Order: sequence, then structure tokens, then C-alpha cells
Amino acid sequence: MKKNEVFSGRVILLPDDVDTDIIIPTQYMTLSAIKEMCRYAFSPLRPELAANICRGDILVAGKNFGCGSSREQAPEIIRELGIACVIAESFARIFYRNALTNGLLVIEAAGLAEHVKEGESLTVDMKENLLITTGGKRLGFAQIPSRLMEMIEAGGLVEYYKELNGVKP
Amino acid sequence: MGMTITEKILARAAGEQNVRPGQIVNARIDWLMTNDATTHVSVDLFKHKLKHPRVFAPNNTVFILDHNVPSETVNTTRVQNIMRGFAGEHGCILYDGEGVCHQLMVEHHVNPGQLVIAADSHTPTMGAVGAFGAGVGSTDFTAAMVTGSIWLKVPPTLRFELKGRLRPGVYARDLILTIIGDIGSDGAIYKTMEFGGPALSALDIDDRMVLCNLAAEAGAKNGIIAPDEIVSRFLAGSGRAVSAQDFLQSDHDCTYEKVYHYDLDKIEPTAARPHFVHNRAEVSVLEKENIRIDQGFIGSCNNGRIEELRVAAAILKGKKIKPEVRLIISPASRQVQLAAMREGLTDIFLQAGAMVVNPNCSVCWGACQGVLGPGEILISTGTRNFKGRAGSPDSFVYLASAATVAASCLEGKIADPRKYDGKETK
Repeated sequence: MKKNEVFSGRVILLPDDVDTDIIIPTQYMTLSAIKEMCRYAFSPLRPELAANICRGDILVAGKNFGCGSSREQAPEIIRELGIACVIAESFARIFYRNALTNGLLVIEAAGLAEHVKEGESLTVDMKENLLITTGGKRLGFAQIPSRLMEMIEAGGLVEYYKELNGVKP
Repeated sequence: MGMTITEKILARAAGEQNVRPGQIVNARIDWLMTNDATTHVSVDLFKHKLKHPRVFAPNNTVFILDHNVPSETVNTTRVQNIMRGFAGEHGCILYDGEGVCHQLMVEHHVNPGQLVIAADSHTPTMGAVGAFGAGVGSTDFTAAMVTGSIWLKVPPTLRFELKGRLRPGVYARDLILTIIGDIGSDGAIYKTMEFGGPALSALDIDDRMVLCNLAAEAGAKNGIIAPDEIVSRFLAGSGRAVSAQDFLQSDHDCTYEKVYHYDLDKIEPTAARPHFVHNRAEVSVLEKENIRIDQGFIGSCNNGRIEELRVAAAILKGKKIKPEVRLIISPASRQVQLAAMREGLTDIFLQAGAMVVNPNCSVCWGACQGVLGPGEILISTGTRNFKGRAGSPDSFVYLASAATVAASCLEGKIADPRKYDGKETK
């Protein structure tokens, strides 16, 4: 993900209040690798979804996405599945923070869901802060502060810290 | 312009005279806490990715095993041993099976005016003693273990002005489920929920923990209550001396984003239907729907304290739960469990047919005890009723007070606890 990138992806549509127990149910959290957890992603809501996600897909959700537990595996799994970004009406605060610290792009934009259908293509213009639907609808979103964008570009907080604070391995 | 309690705590922690909502501050942390649900992730980041040599403040870093306790699988034990090993190696405080993490932090460590960051979403519980508590994920937690500080955006405050008194059979749990039903599970996202008003003088620490803890389920960053005489007595009882200047209060000219008013006399026994905490329903309405239950649970970081156990025992005393219902009771800590034994509550529970288990997250966490099967219905004092939260994705969780859970287990269906109030022993 780059500051001024323009990219397109296939839309996956999710409802309001998608919680972290849906993103990754509790019973799979002690699996030793994020890769192993990926197949169970969203399983209580849509058991078929994880297997059908392709690299570059875009999740479009309603309000309060990621509510619930602080489990960081939730954004990690979404990133591991190859999701390019999550766009929601609003995000739960711990999820939002976890997404950024794990290098997952998250965009708050109200009213997008009513203009897109599952499977359609959506374009995200990071330079102009614009979302462009297949039907030609253009929706703006608030610019992500440059320091946070640098963290996302670095691949998350750990990588960013290594660069910034000289906490070298 | 004055400041709210939350703004004052953040200003102090950041070394600033004044802070305003929206401002980003770098705050010094008083307590860091993490539990066995995710600590292995933080340890992996700390040891293998950052390869950092030491924890910034090990004496103020608390590791608590409470989620899968006692361990139910070889893999869980393996993961927990990573946590035990790291705590030993770095000299962090370790609690192993002593109780639910937020309960232990309030019982043993957190004082008014302090700033607590923990890798758990229900950290707003700390507001019960007038401290700021916010949950974070593993990476933020790891960075805080390295630096002893964290960046935080100062949240705007929603004020909940409480007056009146809860009627018999109605508890703090019913009040907070009512509030979340009103404002929604995103009603306080990124914000502070500050509870205040004359009703507070009749709400003790246990009640305050119930209110602040469930602020998380309205999306709040923290929940908080101005510390008073009740907090002061609680701290003295646990041998903690605190200076008067830590008892921060919101200024009269502080700014609230919104003020909500609640008359506690008007609160009814309240539940949340599956699968969202904001799906509010009055228990008297649910009772008429004849909702059969398979399991009841009293415990979790929201509940399972001595006050709630007393309430449940008063209802269960001398009676038997329905044989087809399983009632699991997990006291919030060893201290609570010992008190329940001394007061004879454990005898009452066992004679009523309940299972009294060790202090842990238990059924609320849906992984190691009392996991639900497909189609089963649970009534619980836990924190969440999300789809699949307590086991099968095809099970159903209703949230309610300890009184409602106890009454429901006696009847085998969701029941209004008020009919059991008083001396009735039929």
C-alpha cells in the first residue's frame, strides 16, 4: 500500500456490527499460525467466504466493524487473506488501531454500501482520497494522517519502530 | 475551560497542563496488563521480531492467566507456558488461576488517577476506582512494554447523569444493558462514558465495575466514575494508601459532548437478546415468550463478584434448579470465592444443583468450560452474546443480571427475578 496509489478490487459486502468473534472465532485462536486461522475467518457468518477471497479484494462493511475483543489476529487474518483494504461506515476503536499497527489499510466512509454490490469492482484513489464505484459514484473520505500512512506502508508498527527508533534486531 | 476526569488523567500522564478532545498525547503508563488469550502474540513480537532485551517497567507489568484456566488442551498449555516463561525471565508480576484479569487489577493494583493499558477489550473496568483504562491489541501492547508509554487520542466525554435508586430485583447490570440498548453498540465509539450523579452514592465498587466494564460494549474507549468515599473505603480495605490529589473530579465548566439522564427508579430487569449487546428486551417481556434455557452462567469480568453471588444465593437458597438446566458459577477471583465459601453461598449453590468452578473467564469466553452445542440457549452474566461466542455458531446467548440467571435456572426458562425477592421460599 502506497500513499498515492490508485487500486481496484472486487467488493465483498458485509453487514453492520461484524465482531471479532466472527472474524476469528475463539476456538481457533490458539492455532499456532495466522495462516492456519485464515480458513475459519468469518465462518460463523459466511462459512464459504474465506476460501473464495482473492488477493486484492476489498471488504465493504456497515457500522461498527471489528467490535468486540482486542484480538489482533482479526486484522492480521484479513491482511493475510490478501484483502487490499476494509472500508466501513465506522470501526470499533481497538480494531481500527490494531489494523493500522498491522499495516492493514482501513477507510471510514459513510454510505458506500448502498452504491456497491458484492462482486463488483471498486476503485480506491489514495491520492485524491476518493472511492469510485462501477456505477460511477464518487465518494470522498478523510485523508489518513501521513504518519499513520507511513506506518501502514512500512507494514505495521513493528517494522515502523525498527526503522524509526532504531530498535534493531 | 475546565477538564473532565479523563482529560485530567491523560494530561497528567502526558505531562501537559491541559488537553482537549482530539488532541494526540504521548502518555506515561502506570499499569500494563495482558492475559493468556493473546500474550503469546506479544511475546513473539517482543522476543523474535523486535528482539528487545528488557521490559520497560516489569514491576508494573502484570501477566494474568484467566482465559483458558485450567488448560483444556496440550496446545493451550504450550501457549500458556510461553507466557509463564516470559514473566519469569523478565520479572513481570504473574497471576496464575487467581481470577479474572480486570477483577485482580482492581483488587490488587489500580488506584484513582492512574492510566492502565491492557491487551483486553474490557479494560474500561478500571474506571470503577477513578482510573483510565483502555484496551489495545498485541502490537500496541508490545510497543508499550518496550517504551512504557503509548500515544492516545484524547476522547470526547459522554456524561451519564444518574439519579434515584434501583428498585428491588434490579441491578447495575440491568442499568448498563438499558443504556447500551439506548445508545447502541457503537454509541460511544472512540469516546469516554462518564457515570455520575446522586445515584452513585448507592452504587458500590462491584456495581461501578459492572457499569464501566460494559462501556466497552458501547464501543467506549474508557468508562469512568469520579472516585469518592466508597472508593476510599475500598482502597483502605485492601491496604492501599492513596493521596487526595489522585481523587480527580470533572470540573464544573468541563465540556461534555452529550449528557444523558437516567432515573434509576424507572429501570426494569433487562436482558440482551442474541446476537448483539444492544438487542435490549425487558425480562418481563421475555418471560412471556417462554424461552427455554439449557444453561445459565454467573461469572466473567462483568459479574461474579461477591454482591452478585449474594443476590443469586438469596434466590437459590433452599431451592433446586431444573434438572435439565446446567448452572455454572465462576466467582471472579479467589478472594471472591473464599468470601463466598465463608458466607455459606457455595453451599447454597451446590445444594441448588449448580456447578461452582474455579475463577476464570469460563463460559463467557466459550473455549474451556461449558461450551454450548448447536441449538442450545444460554442465559449469562457474561460480557457478550455474539454469534458463536459461547460455542457453536448455532447457539444463542441472552445477557442478564445474576438475579435473572438464577431465577431462570429455577424455572428452566427466562424468568423475572422480582417474584423471588424478599422472603419467599416456596
